[in-house]
Amino acid sequence: MSLTNADVQKVARLARLAMSPTEIETARTQLSGIFDLIAEMQAVDTKGIAPMSHAQDVSQRLREDVVTETNQRELFQAIAPQVEAGLYLVPQVIE
Amino acid sequence: MLNSSLQQIGSALRARKISSVELTQLYLDRVAALNPALNAYITTNAGLSLAQAREADAQLANGKAQGLTGIPIAQKDIFCAKDWRTTCGSKMLENFIAPYDAHVIELFNKAGAVNLGKTNMDEFAMGSSNETSHFGTVKNPWNRSAVPGGSSGGAACAVAARLCAAATGTDTGGSIRQPAALCGISGIKPTYGTVSRYGMIAFASSLDQAGPMARSAEDLALLLNVMSGFDERDSTSLQRDKEDYARDLNKPLAGLRIGLPKEFFAEGLAQDVAGSVNAAIAEYQKLGATIVDISLPNSRLAVPVYYVLAPAEASSNLSRFDGVRYGYRAPEYSDLADMYEKSRAQGFGAEVKRRIMIGTYVLSHGYYDAYYLQAQKIRRLIAQDFTDAFRQCDVIMGPTSPGTAFNLGEKGDDPVQMYLSDIYTIAVNLAGLPGMSIPCGFGASDMPVGLQIIGNYFAEAQMLNVAHQYQLATDHHDRAPQNIGL
Repeated sequence: MSLTNADVQKVARLARLAMSPTEIETARTQLSGIFDLIAEMQAVDTKGIAPMSHAQDVSQRLREDVVTETNQRELFQAIAPQVEAGLYLVPQVIE
Repeated sequence: MLNSSLQQIGSALRARKISSVELTQLYLDRVAALNPALNAYITTNAGLSLAQAREADAQLANGKAQGLTGIPIAQKDIFCAKDWRTTCGSKMLENFIAPYDAHVIELFNKAGAVNLGKTNMDEFAMGSSNETSHFGTVKNPWNRSAVPGGSSGGAACAVAARLCAAATGTDTGGSIRQPAALCGISGIKPTYGTVSRYGMIAFASSLDQAGPMARSAEDLALLLNVMSGFDERDSTSLQRDKEDYARDLNKPLAGLRIGLPKEFFAEGLAQDVAGSVNAAIAEYQKLGATIVDISLPNSRLAVPVYYVLAPAEASSNLSRFDGVRYGYRAPEYSDLADMYEKSRAQGFGAEVKRRIMIGTYVLSHGYYDAYYLQAQKIRRLIAQDFTDAFRQCDVIMGPTSPGTAFNLGEKGDDPVQMYLSDIYTIAVNLAGLPGMSIPCGFGASDMPVGLQIIGNYFAEAQMLNVAHQYQLATDHHDRAPQNIGL
C-alpha cells in the first residue's frame, strides 16, 4: 500500500504528534512497508466469523457503585508538570 | 549463592546462613560493577531495597518468613512501584515517581521479596531487541555486541548475568519468551488474565500479560505462585481458585504427546536453532514423550494481525500521555494543541510514534472494518487452530525465535524485519494461551537457543512439569556467561 505525505500528516494530527517534513517522509516509507505486511490479512475470507476480543469469552464484571478510592490530590499533583492552587495548569483555551 | 535455586536461597535465609541485607548488598554490588557495561537496570535504589531487606530479616528472625522472604527480585520498569522511579523505558516518564504499587508489586511485597531495582526494556514494551529504550541498549551477557532480545531484555540480561535472583517480565507478543531464549534463561507467559494488569503500564491491553523470568522452571513455579491471582481492579482478571503451579513438577513424562507444528519448522528458521530444538525433542522422546505432527494453518497471519491489533490498542492507551497530569511536557509551546503535539513528539521515541501512527490510522474513520474488525476475526481463526491442535496433543513445541541473538543495530532501520523476529510467539498472545521458553542448547556462535513450549489454557502447571523434567535431564539452563565476575 502506498500512503501519501498528506495521509501521514493527517494521521499525525489525529495522533497529536508534531512532525517535521523530513519525519513525515521517513514515516511514509516505513508505514507503507508495515501496511504491505498487514495487507496479507485482508485477502482472508472471514464471513460469519465472530470477532474475538478475549480468549475466555468472559463478560464485563460489574461492581457495587461505591467509592473505593481515597482522595490523594497532593500525592498525584506532586508529579504533574505544572499545578497551581490544586489545579492542573494548561495554556488558555477560552479567550 | 548466585547459582542457587530460589528454594535453596530461601532455605539459606531461613537457616540464617546469610541475611537478606547481606544478599541484597551482594547483588547491589554486582549491579554496580556490571551494569555500566550491561545496562540491565534503569534504576536501582539501595535505600529502598535495603529497607525491605531489613524488614525481611526481621520476619526471618521471628519465624514469619515465607518462600520468597528476603530474596532480591528485579522488577521490569513497566510495573508501578510506590516511591520508585517508573519510566517504562521512555523519556515520557523519565521523572515519573509512581504514587502506587502495581498488583504484582503488592504481591511480591506481601511475600516478603526485596525489590532490587527496575530493569531496562524497550520503550513502552514496543520492541524485540531493547534498542528502543530511552535509557540505552541492554547488552547480551553472552556476547556484548548482540542484543538481549526484548522487550523484557533488561530482565533477561539481569537473570543471565546473576544480577538478581529472579525477575519479572511482561509479554504482549513474545516479550518474555524471546529475550529469555536469546539470553539463555527460562520464562513463562501465563494464560491471559492470570496475572493482574493493574499498575502495569498498558501497551495492548487485550494481549499484555506479566510473568516470571528465572534460571529454572522450578523457580518460575514459585514466582508464578506469588504473582498470579484475581484482582478486581483489572477488568480482564480471571476469577479462579488459587493453584499451586509447582504441584506437578515431579510427574514423569511417559505418554506425553508433543505437537510439532510444521509451520514452526519451515523456511526462515536458522539451522543452528533447528538443530538445538530437534535435539531437545529427541531428549523428550527419551523421557517417554511421543511426537504428533500438527498444523497451525493460520499462524502465518499472526504477525499481520498483531500489527493491527497491538498498535490500535497502543494508540488508544498512549493517548493518556498529554503532558498535563504526569509525564513529560515540552518546554515551549504556543497553545494547548501545540503543547500536546510537542510534548508527545518529544517525549515518545521513534518506534512508539510509529505504532501510534499505525494504530491511529487503522482506527480512523472508514478503516475500522477493514483493519481492526478483520484482525479480530482472524484472531479467532488463529485461536481455533490451537484448540484443534490440542485435541491431538498435550503441549506444542517449537523454536522460540527464528535465530539466536542478532547484533546490535543489525535490524535497526527496518521495522518489518524486527517484527518478524516474533513470528513464533505472537500467535500465542493472540489466542491468550500460556507459552514459555527454556534454554535447549547453543547455536553456531555459542549463543543460547530457546525451546518454546505452548500449553492449553490454564496448563501452566503441566508446562512447568514438562520444562522441569527436561532441566533435570539436561544442563543447558545451568550454564552461565563468561566475564560476569563469578
